[in-house]
Amino acid sequence: MSQTADPAPLHRTPLYELHRARGARMVGFAGYDMPVQYPAGIIAEHLHTRAKAGLFDVSHMGQIRLRGGGAARALEALVPGDLETLAPQRMRYTLLLDEAGGILDDLMVTRVEDGLMLVVNAACKDADLAHLRARLDRSVTIEPQFERALLALQGPEAAPILARFAPGIDRIPFMSAAEIGIAGVPCVVTRSGYTGEDGYEIAMAGEHAVAIAETLLAQPAVAPIGLGARDTLRLEAGLCLYGHDIDGTTTPIEAGLAWTIGKRRREPIGLGGGFPGAERILRELTDGPRRKRVGIRPDGRAPAREGTEIRNAAGRAVGIVTSGGFGPSVGGPIAMGCVDAGHAAAGTKLSLVVRDVPRPAQVAPMPFVPTRYYRG
Amino acid sequence: MATLRFTKDHEWVRQEGDTATVGITDYAQEQMGDVVYVELPEVGRRVEQGKEAAVVESAKAASEVYAPVSGEIVAVNDVLGGDPAQVNADAMGGGWFMKIRLADPKQLDGLMDQAAYDAFVAEQH
Repeated sequence: MSQTADPAPLHRTPLYELHRARGARMVGFAGYDMPVQYPAGIIAEHLHTRAKAGLFDVSHMGQIRLRGGGAARALEALVPGDLETLAPQRMRYTLLLDEAGGILDDLMVTRVEDGLMLVVNAACKDADLAHLRARLDRSVTIEPQFERALLALQGPEAAPILARFAPGIDRIPFMSAAEIGIAGVPCVVTRSGYTGEDGYEIAMAGEHAVAIAETLLAQPAVAPIGLGARDTLRLEAGLCLYGHDIDGTTTPIEAGLAWTIGKRRREPIGLGGGFPGAERILRELTDGPRRKRVGIRPDGRAPAREGTEIRNAAGRAVGIVTSGGFGPSVGGPIAMGCVDAGHAAAGTKLSLVVRDVPRPAQVAPMPFVPTRYYRG
Repeated sequence: MATLRFTKDHEWVRQEGDTATVGITDYAQEQMGDVVYVELPEVGRRVEQGKEAAVVESAKAASEVYAPVSGEIVAVNDVLGGDPAQVNADAMGGGWFMKIRLADPKQLDGLMDQAAYDAFVAEQH
């Protein structure tokens, strides 16, 4: 019997022992040993988040600080977003693009006092850092802060709970940031998330993460939530998972993310335009892309997972499922897929080939569950 | 008295005369997490020991359920269509999957009894 090499040891976030102590089932994800669920289970954790408040450890994601007055302009050379007009303490979802217009990563960018704060996907953070170091104007200082922790508190109770520690935090706008203290620890909080619910992402120094997590978990309405429910929540909210629904072969237009291209950025270079792949992307904006990301609802009860072939009503292959599973709030199977543009209209009849049997389905609008972002 | 036996794939089979009821064990449902969907064979189908007979899907993934014995499907648990969570709630009882008319009752002798299965599960960790 051949010897297999030991896989590289998994990284641990500052909350590793807390997860173990609470009975989490751990799984390797993006090089980290992460909780996929706690004893409650994925469905209960998902439903709890939409009913009350869930606390997620997302410290595996990469926090990167860009320092310097020219940071916004410099980053605009790499993303289609309008960052120069981003107001102080405001944040934006944007995409790192390559020269062919493909998506290298999706990320959050927040304007902070001396530049920008980026949060990138865990699986991409090393590549993203290398990309920034290679391409960003030299006047900007790039400071990776991978040792910082990040917690997400999501759900209808998140705002009232956080307001107990920082009065007024429940009134900051969606997609904005504030500095607050929790249990005496300075944190940077943004009103944002990956669940479709109102909620916050809370960044702090790694050594304080456990104290803050325990403080929040001590609130009766808060339960710890694993990556399993994080995935079902974001899928119901119609949010992309990089490496699955979007990747290096996807343009923002194909991905249904044309809205990330700032109006100013659609102008010629010199008037605010100019981003990687702009020529192709702007052409797709006018002519339409060849393929599109869509939501899909199977008619029956069988889930259709990533990689499932999608056929049209005539039985011809027209696409592939990029994310799929069971939606606990929907109460049935849901999926995201990439289909030929002609088959992307809501209501289009499709079939999904699960275990060699075509199962009827149709294109469905997303989100599958109404989002409840704070509107003031 | 009903004979209860187990497979290495964590199916249980309970013989009652010339038929046997089949399900997945409590250990299996616990490992799998929330069951969201079950695909059962048609009544009348012939199944073969060790071959796929049903599919059970958790929130995260699909798993095959193999027939622990060969025979003909004479009944399936229709409750699981609307309430797959029964598999988690009562894997050894109300969460049963199918009943098989045994082609060869001696096949049960080759399967693990409760003590052997408990030891097998203990080894899994």
